[in-house]
Amino acid sequence: MSNSTITASPPKHAKSGKGKKPASLWSDAWYDLRHSKVFLFGAALALLLVIVAAFPSLFSPLDAFDKSTCDLARARDGLDATHWFGSDNLGCDTYSRVIYGARVSIIVGIVATLVTSLVGGFLGLLAGFYGRWTDVLLSRVAEIFFAIPSILGALLILAVVGRDNAGIGSVVLALSVLAWPLVLRIMRAAVITTKSQDFVLAARALGAGPIRIMIRHILPNALAPVIVVTTMNLGVFIAAEAGLSFLGVGIQSPDISWGLMIADARNRFLEAPAPLLFPALFLSITVLAFVMLGDAVRDALDPKLR
Amino acid sequence: MGRYVVRRLLQAIPVLLGTTFLIFAIVYALPGDPLQALAGDRRVDPVFAATMREMFHLNDPLIVRYGYYIRDIFTGDFGMTFRGLPVSTIFEGKFQVTLNLALMALIIEAVVGIGLGLIAALRRGRWSDTGILAITLILVSIPTLVSGFVLQLVLGVQLKTSTGIDFFPVAGIAEGWRSYLIPGAVLAGTSIAYLTRLTRTSLMETLRADYVRTAIAKGMPRRRVLGRHALRNSLIPLVTYLGADLGTLMGGAVITETIFNLPGIGQQLFQSVYLRENSVVVGIVTVLVLIYVLANLIVDLLYAVLDPRIRYE
Repeated sequence: MSNSTITASPPKHAKSGKGKKPASLWSDAWYDLRHSKVFLFGAALALLLVIVAAFPSLFSPLDAFDKSTCDLARARDGLDATHWFGSDNLGCDTYSRVIYGARVSIIVGIVATLVTSLVGGFLGLLAGFYGRWTDVLLSRVAEIFFAIPSILGALLILAVVGRDNAGIGSVVLALSVLAWPLVLRIMRAAVITTKSQDFVLAARALGAGPIRIMIRHILPNALAPVIVVTTMNLGVFIAAEAGLSFLGVGIQSPDISWGLMIADARNRFLEAPAPLLFPALFLSITVLAFVMLGDAVRDALDPKLR
Repeated sequence: MGRYVVRRLLQAIPVLLGTTFLIFAIVYALPGDPLQALAGDRRVDPVFAATMREMFHLNDPLIVRYGYYIRDIFTGDFGMTFRGLPVSTIFEGKFQVTLNLALMALIIEAVVGIGLGLIAALRRGRWSDTGILAITLILVSIPTLVSGFVLQLVLGVQLKTSTGIDFFPVAGIAEGWRSYLIPGAVLAGTSIAYLTRLTRTSLMETLRADYVRTAIAKGMPRRRVLGRHALRNSLIPLVTYLGADLGTLMGGAVITETIFNLPGIGQQLFQSVYLRENSVVVGIVTVLVLIYVLANLIVDLLYAVLDPRIRYE
């Protein structure tokens, strides 16, 4: 709901097909995205964060996992030339910890998104395509998971299952278990509308089997809404990871997570806000990057909003 | 309509049973002896253990224990902790705090969200519309974890030390309704953004409708067209969204309650998870799921009442 709805200029991509072939939904969307400031900004930010997550040592001279770089005498010192973001309660450099903390957020966001879209998308495809009892069964099961508020459910799962093997894996599991029903719902609805269209009937009349119809004809045409939700979910997962780690059931101490840093800095927050505010700032920027991506993708892929 | 209500009620039952069983199973299906865990390294007295097992139905299969649990819930009995305290006494007062918080968040959300959405829709394409959309983008991106601490620092400490204004308490519930102002705003943050966008889209759609054009064409004053025709119809999705959001807000209050030290149900849950008081954990989550499902149910029914165009057959 950003650029394309604000600027009142509908015929902007109509001639993008270059005469040869009528533009598909995807080439239209790609054209839109390349010309959306929100997308370009979000994508640049997200790319930067992924690079930071992959190669933190490029951005930070200190190794945040090396505890010998911490100096208790410097605990909660303010910002200076060598410690840009100050030091935390244990005298560790906040800047290097913030940089190294990006990895957990990005991994949790991407893996949880992949898992939920694969599981939810696959089951949604089955439910929508086969209908009848397959649909009833899958939709009811999804409804049961859907009724559990996500932070609560994840807290519960992590408290019970993840207590002895806390870490990225458990967090991803807890978030995915509760998030797949949303993808199922959306995929199912998209498949049902696609299923009754003429080209699917034509393919069936030509003798195509159910697998071929599903993969070659229905899936490409039902994918757009799922991609929209998936992109939006990325930011939600990243915020949820930070929240769970803050509550103490997510990522645990030798690992570095922004949520965990916020929890650690919390007790002395009012006298030394820097160790809390900087991870908070990076968390917000990361979520913002993916929210912007999701917004732009939605604008590009959802023709109804134009 | 009547048949729809009955069918919708019947549909909610398997969801409620399934969800509560799922929660029950997650917490209780773990291997290991809870009594041994309670006793630590000491040997458990066999007579005591037998009594406890009998009392808590520990010898029965999971599904039977779940049956007992559901039966007891209907009489308001949420079971006992292993320390012998009834779970329902732990609930006392806590739900009120969380409900107050959620209601405050809902009020803030409704006022700010609908207000901003109206301005954006009426000034579509102008800078105020663009500005409001940018605000929603930023609101969605700031997790409660961040907005909570930042507001606590800015309004609770810096405002007080620099100007002497001490209007916003930022910890505890000693100040009555004012205690909930900042936590409510924090909890409402993301929802405000969604509601703003929903209001904007909904009103823009209504403003394009034929009956609005007719009303303008027959010379009705613009203010009256907006109030009588456009607003009333675009409010329907907003009311239902707000209703459904109450359950979500109550379920999502854990982090806000922790930041602002509100003795609500979220904070209790958090403590009980640490203390491994499984009966309390299951009780709290079960009640919250009940609220969530019932809120959605009521909203669905409300929708049918508010919008007679929709047929449910």
